[in-house]
Amino acid sequence: MNYVNSAVRKKDAISLVSGKPVYTGDMIPQNTLVVKILRSPHAHAMIEDIDVSRALLVPGVACVLTYKDVPSSRYTTAGQTYPEFSPYDKLILDPHIRCAGDPVAIIGAETLEAAQKAMKLIKVTYKVLPALIDYTNAIDNPIIVHPEDDFKTLIPINAEPKRNICSKGDFSFGDLDAEFAACDVVLERTYNTKANNQTMMEPFTTFTYLDAFGRLTVVSSTQVPFHVRRILANALEMSKSSIRVIKPRIGGGFGAKQSAVSEVFPAIVTMKTGRPAAITFTREECMTNGSPRHQMQMKVKIGATRDGDIRAIDLYAISNAGAYGEHAPTTIGLVGHKSLSLYGSLRAARFSYDVVYSNTMGAGAYRGYGATQGIYAVESAVSELADTLGIDPTVIREKNMVREGQIMKAYYNEPCNSCALDRCMKTAKEMMDWDNKAAVRTLPNGHLHGVGVALAMQGSGISHVDIAAVELRLNDDGFYTLLVGCTDMGTGCDTILAQMAADILDCDIANIAVQGVDTDQSPYDTGSYASATTYVTGGAVVKTAEKLRAQILEAGADILGVPAEEAEFDGKQVLVPGSGKSISLREIGYITCNGSRQLLSVHESHSSPISPPPFMVGMAEVDIDPQTGKVNLMDYVAVVDCGTVINKNLARVQTEGGIAQGIGMALYEDIQYNEDGKMINNSFLQYKIPTRLEIPNIRVAFESSYEPTGPFGAKSIGELVINTPSPAIASAIRHATGLTFTTLPITAEQIAMGLLKNPVPEEK
Amino acid sequence: MQITLTLNGRRCTDEIPADMTLFTYLRQKGCYSVKCGCETSSCGLCTVWMDQKPVLSCSVLAARADGHEITTMEGVQQEAVEFGTFLADEGGEQCGFCSPGFIMNVLAMVRELPNPTDEQIKEYLAGNLCRCTGYQSHLRAIKKYLAHKQKEAVR
Amino acid sequence: MFSAQQYIKATSIQQALELNQKRTSAILGGGCWMRLGKKNYSTLIDLSGLGLDQIEENDDEISLGAMVTLRQMETSQLLNRYFGDFFVQMVRHIVGVQFRNCATVGGSIVSRFGFSDILTGLLALDCDVVLAQKGRVSLNEYAQMPYDRDVLTHIIIKKNGRCAAYESVRNTETDLPVLTCAVSILENSTRFVIGARPQRAVVYETNTDPEAMIQKIQEETEFGSNMRASKEYRRMLSGVLCHRALEKAKEGIKCR
Repeated sequence: MNYVNSAVRKKDAISLVSGKPVYTGDMIPQNTLVVKILRSPHAHAMIEDIDVSRALLVPGVACVLTYKDVPSSRYTTAGQTYPEFSPYDKLILDPHIRCAGDPVAIIGAETLEAAQKAMKLIKVTYKVLPALIDYTNAIDNPIIVHPEDDFKTLIPINAEPKRNICSKGDFSFGDLDAEFAACDVVLERTYNTKANNQTMMEPFTTFTYLDAFGRLTVVSSTQVPFHVRRILANALEMSKSSIRVIKPRIGGGFGAKQSAVSEVFPAIVTMKTGRPAAITFTREECMTNGSPRHQMQMKVKIGATRDGDIRAIDLYAISNAGAYGEHAPTTIGLVGHKSLSLYGSLRAARFSYDVVYSNTMGAGAYRGYGATQGIYAVESAVSELADTLGIDPTVIREKNMVREGQIMKAYYNEPCNSCALDRCMKTAKEMMDWDNKAAVRTLPNGHLHGVGVALAMQGSGISHVDIAAVELRLNDDGFYTLLVGCTDMGTGCDTILAQMAADILDCDIANIAVQGVDTDQSPYDTGSYASATTYVTGGAVVKTAEKLRAQILEAGADILGVPAEEAEFDGKQVLVPGSGKSISLREIGYITCNGSRQLLSVHESHSSPISPPPFMVGMAEVDIDPQTGKVNLMDYVAVVDCGTVINKNLARVQTEGGIAQGIGMALYEDIQYNEDGKMINNSFLQYKIPTRLEIPNIRVAFESSYEPTGPFGAKSIGELVINTPSPAIASAIRHATGLTFTTLPITAEQIAMGLLKNPVPEEK
Repeated sequence: MQITLTLNGRRCTDEIPADMTLFTYLRQKGCYSVKCGCETSSCGLCTVWMDQKPVLSCSVLAARADGHEITTMEGVQQEAVEFGTFLADEGGEQCGFCSPGFIMNVLAMVRELPNPTDEQIKEYLAGNLCRCTGYQSHLRAIKKYLAHKQKEAVR
Repeated sequence: MFSAQQYIKATSIQQALELNQKRTSAILGGGCWMRLGKKNYSTLIDLSGLGLDQIEENDDEISLGAMVTLRQMETSQLLNRYFGDFFVQMVRHIVGVQFRNCATVGGSIVSRFGFSDILTGLLALDCDVVLAQKGRVSLNEYAQMPYDRDVLTHIIIKKNGRCAAYESVRNTETDLPVLTCAVSILENSTRFVIGARPQRAVVYETNTDPEAMIQKIQEETEFGSNMRASKEYRRMLSGVLCHRALEKAKEGIKCR
């Protein structure tokens, strides 16, 4: 069989396209309490008094919980392996309000109407405090976001909460000063990115109930069911053994659901009332109190010789954790690791950072996880450096890019085992017709024209941290059950893992049943994030399937009464060549499920000491209306090295989807706060993600390297693909207009007003 | 108040609150294909047909559906799977949460526009947001589906 | 989302008018924008049983019933015959087909939102509104009137050969506009309408020099800033869009 590297339809596709009730919100049992949250209108305040007595009188209200009713252990909602890097800085309900929308009370009621009525009757007296909104002024600001004494970190992250510092640190190699001194050109630029929202179409949704054994069962749209179990245990001061988490189909996550955003609210209602409870966040709640990308400001200093040898980069980033530090001390690392490592030519580099608290919404994990911000800054600087030196931006990259066989000094000294970045660039240039396109400055319609390029990389799982276990069973009748703990969130990992198993077991993919995650029944997996699933869980699938294959051969040979070495397994039967002796898989299934023999069930786990980067090249072509500043993206070319492509369709759609999100970040998605710290763009009416009219023809090609440590030679793809649009589009705009924009999104207004001040000189 | 309407070919009479949205009503009637992605009439996930025309069920009150014919994906299963197969063969359903609303609008478009160009397709479907796919696979699937329909028609 | 105690499908315009006299009553248009509010209404009045969903013409005029949807205007062959793609350009960016199948012209005009494409567009034509109580009032006059409890039943467009063109700028194709602009020409007269300033649309008319008028519009119109754009950008765009729409309107006349 050859499912790997083909275009297999997702195993759950038909139920999804025919609208079957497979999501969390479709399964909420009858008589479940509706959970609503009263949220703070203030960005920074203390609750002086809260009176719920009238709310409790509303017919149908089962409970109204305030900070007086919740456990006092601080925890983190970050879905990370224990001990988490994220500080334990959160309570379920806290009298200290740290951002607009922070929860003030939790209501459980028979109906939505009763809950809403009760919400209006809760009387809260706030002492409103001055709010810290400008995160670049957070350090040593008199406004302190986390003054509490029970703030806790499990791992040294250099947190100084009394100075609003959540984490800080640096790493470097080489002699930076000497290298800069030897450079002919040194460029210094400051870049800003916004707190983009993932806007997965399915809002945060969870329901909870007590099962027949009295255990808390949590059905949730989550990327991290096993972490949710621990997070809830921490937050509710319960034992993990009394919690079970089930993940049905998920309507998108993109990192948002790598935090336990919604789970704790129905969970505490169920624990207090004994009743089933459910919450579905409104879109406004998803926007204002979700877990968006960390807003960052990055300073890049880059030096090169006249002929374009990039020698040194000094990168500093300040990251806005917002009100809570979930994922903040870890996203920041990728800003440096994943940007500086793109350039094998560097003789010296440094990355230093501060992660700070402010009274804006707490940030979290969003596809790219810091790499997106860092790559935008470094790639923008490289493009401008090329322009300054008069070198084609593709040529300067070809000259300096990381290559297979190098040691990546900014990437934990990991070896670059597999890298086709050079081939990606060659193919991308051909697809874009770069050399000809780059020469065109104006179009026949009078519009400005430009092309831009960027490199990107990511990782494949978290080295030494992520772990995946897989169980594979042979059932009677000869079909298999593949049990995994990673979380398909629409990406199709349940299918691609079955593809791998089917190839090893030489069977029809329909012969492999896969299930969603249930922490009581699925093998442990850290979850689907950090681009881990294909690489790490895939690695576990390969091990498990190979072992099961060997066991089937042994069992078959044993039944046939021959040594295993003399028999073969072809996926359908175990046979002894030349002897006419054989036994079908179906019969082996029946026999092993029948008393006298061992059941065939294999369980293996996998982790990796390295996190091999996938690479890509992205190229954007823009047409800009000089009078309105409107950017018309004409074309986007993406050439990706994700190692072996496991599923051609799904890898392509991952790429197209990631680029579309990247386009949103580059041009449209603009979180704004008013002076009081309330988010203005809190809906799909005001926060504009790209529609299909904003997205150009995205042309995707693959140039595969072979990753020796990956399953079938594969690396990751999910996060990588969001990283090129911002720098590629920014550079294309610069080439079209001559203007340099360093703050995202680059709006039509910025361009038009920029051109008004600095018109493009007439072509001679 | 009482309404009587035709839901997926069946006559239903129900007592409803005056301000109930068609979306809430349909979910209560077990039409779980109908999804909600926003509160601002912006996302298209809740698209159903009212008298064969695509509408936002979040914006239409159930009371207004009185006397009308409402179709959800539960009522066009065969067609949904027929187009859905083309979508799935591009990997274009992804998380699937926007698929029902999107497919209902695609099927409405196919009824309304005889030979749509790429631009017409994109414009007709612009009110259907999707965050997973970047929309390219949607367009590929629609074009293949239209070609398939044309071939069928010739036959 | 709003709440309501009662929903009444009016059986006559007179009944609708009477019901609407209560301050807590409201007439329901398409409901698309209304649901963004959180008001509590005692009575919602539905006009959809009164045959107001027709686009009709007589020798002099075209009449749009208040319940005509934006999508009906977009696809109307009648409107296309008299105004070319003017109505298509006016509504095509409004959210999506499903939204435009719900939203009504009556709802758009009564609301008189600053961002309204419909108000901008129709002000460029010679329109009256028909009100149950006050009778026929010019749209221009209606646009300035305070909100009241009258019931708008029709919008009447004069078939006087006015040629119009529509332009808008939006941050994304289906976003609310940053600026809207409609320009129309009838004999010597050129009319400019600028909306989404972000305040309500304003009208300028000249019988002499349109170019000078565009200059005046750019200089004298009041613009404001909001999350979508600054007033400076809007001011600049007003000149750009007026020029573009003027050229298109002139083209349209040539084509006749």
